[in-house]
Amino acid sequence: MRPGRRQRWWLGASGLLGFLLLLELVPRAGLVPDRYLPPTSRIAGALADELGEPAFWRALGDTLQGWAVGLALAVGAGVGLGLLVGSVPALRAATSSTIEFLRPIPSVALIPLAVLLFGTDLRSKLLLVVYASFWQVLVQVVAGVRDVDPVAMDTAHSYGLGRWGRIRHVVWPTALPYAMTGFRLAAAVALILAITAELIIGSPGLGREIAVAQTSGAVPAMYALVVVAGLLGVAVNLAARALERRLLAWHPSARREVGA
Amino acid sequence: MTAAARRVLLAAGLPLVLVGLWWLASADSQSFYLPPLRDILAAFADTWLGGRLADDVLPSVARLLAGLAVAGVAGVGLGVLIGSSRRLRATLEPVLEFLRAIPPPVLVPIFILVAGIGTTMKVLVIASGCLWPILLNTVEGVRARDEVLEDTCRVYGIRGPARLRHLVLRSASPQIVTGMRQALAIGIILMVISEMFAASSGLGFTIVQFQRGFAIPEMWSGILLLGLLGVVLSWLFGMVERRVLSWYHGLRQAQRELS
Repeated sequence: MRPGRRQRWWLGASGLLGFLLLLELVPRAGLVPDRYLPPTSRIAGALADELGEPAFWRALGDTLQGWAVGLALAVGAGVGLGLLVGSVPALRAATSSTIEFLRPIPSVALIPLAVLLFGTDLRSKLLLVVYASFWQVLVQVVAGVRDVDPVAMDTAHSYGLGRWGRIRHVVWPTALPYAMTGFRLAAAVALILAITAELIIGSPGLGREIAVAQTSGAVPAMYALVVVAGLLGVAVNLAARALERRLLAWHPSARREVGA
Repeated sequence: MTAAARRVLLAAGLPLVLVGLWWLASADSQSFYLPPLRDILAAFADTWLGGRLADDVLPSVARLLAGLAVAGVAGVGLGVLIGSSRRLRATLEPVLEFLRAIPPPVLVPIFILVAGIGTTMKVLVIASGCLWPILLNTVEGVRARDEVLEDTCRVYGIRGPARLRHLVLRSASPQIVTGMRQALAIGIILMVISEMFAASSGLGFTIVQFQRGFAIPEMWSGILLLGLLGVVLSWLFGMVERRVLSWYHGLRQAQRELS
């Protein structure tokens, strides 16, 4: 039996409620000591306290700033280089092994270098965020440009479209769905790396607040901040998906989804 | 020039040029933070090829694999369960969306609280970060199985473990492997930062020690080693994937040729 839309909503809400209730009851029943896992109500209380603190909003702003600036740099560089590398076959052949080699290098390997060069500066965070999310975009854009229909390209040639015209009207529409996939992945990865930089390097932001709360034994506050980080992740995912739907509303894949 | 030689030249050309440029550009570098590549490579041999490989690197990798294995078993198990029931999926979807969206590094402080800074903490952190990509991909894979195969199984009376093995897991396996690949990348990150955050041994810990002690060539050699580790692991994963999914890649190839 296929649950309807309304029923799905109720099921989801009850699942969420059950989850919160479980986390309230498990520590209250003593199954897990509450210094490890405080009940939901105390985490909610700590969250409310945090929301009243200017320091919390500053940390949230710092995290978002590092995320947004890093993501913008990575997307700009990834799309630009991806279009270039993807549209010149010789370049693509020459760079593919290098890209395949550099991509799996974990960006956390750069943490010591970032600390030495930039300290706890915003640039430390940006180095990690950009390195991690750049490859996601680049690889997708290169794949997208490769996928361009040769017949469409020849048609554009015959109609006398210039280089920019071809990129604008043939290459870009083909590569856009790929680029959006890259963007969606990069947006999630960028948040992970921004928070990692704060946690490990101590750049200002939510990650550092979590580390501070942990070392000072403020357990409910630590969980409250983790919840905020999770909600931020959800917001990033939803926003990226909404942007994708909007920009690709004309694309058959998006139209099919609506029709089904 | 033969085609094979061309391919080798294309694949090796740019990396060799880049390493050569690094070597030349840094050869008489006076900068404290950017030592000559020669010194880094010498430090690499001195630092890692001795006892450290067995003392610090292998335990780190073993923890990574243990965490991945735990996440794999739990993720596929739960994924099959959740993917098989529409009702369960609808109920758990918001919770899973939320848990997946928590950036995995913030789990490190939580698990330090619960399990201290020992091996258990690190394996738990790695496992709980790697669980979500495997779980969600398994759910998708189980959900999207072929209806004709499903009906065929029913008609032939294939039920229970045989159905699970030949229908459900088989058709979900490309997605499961995709999830494992994402999990591997997250696992390496978590392996390193769980050791950087709080530990007394391991690859991440050693590299941070070098950085704090301003042993710059050694630190660079550690960065190189981490990079190599990432590349080797993803290469090994690719080999296993090609073996396990050879039937799937063959099928896709055949479909492409037909269409």
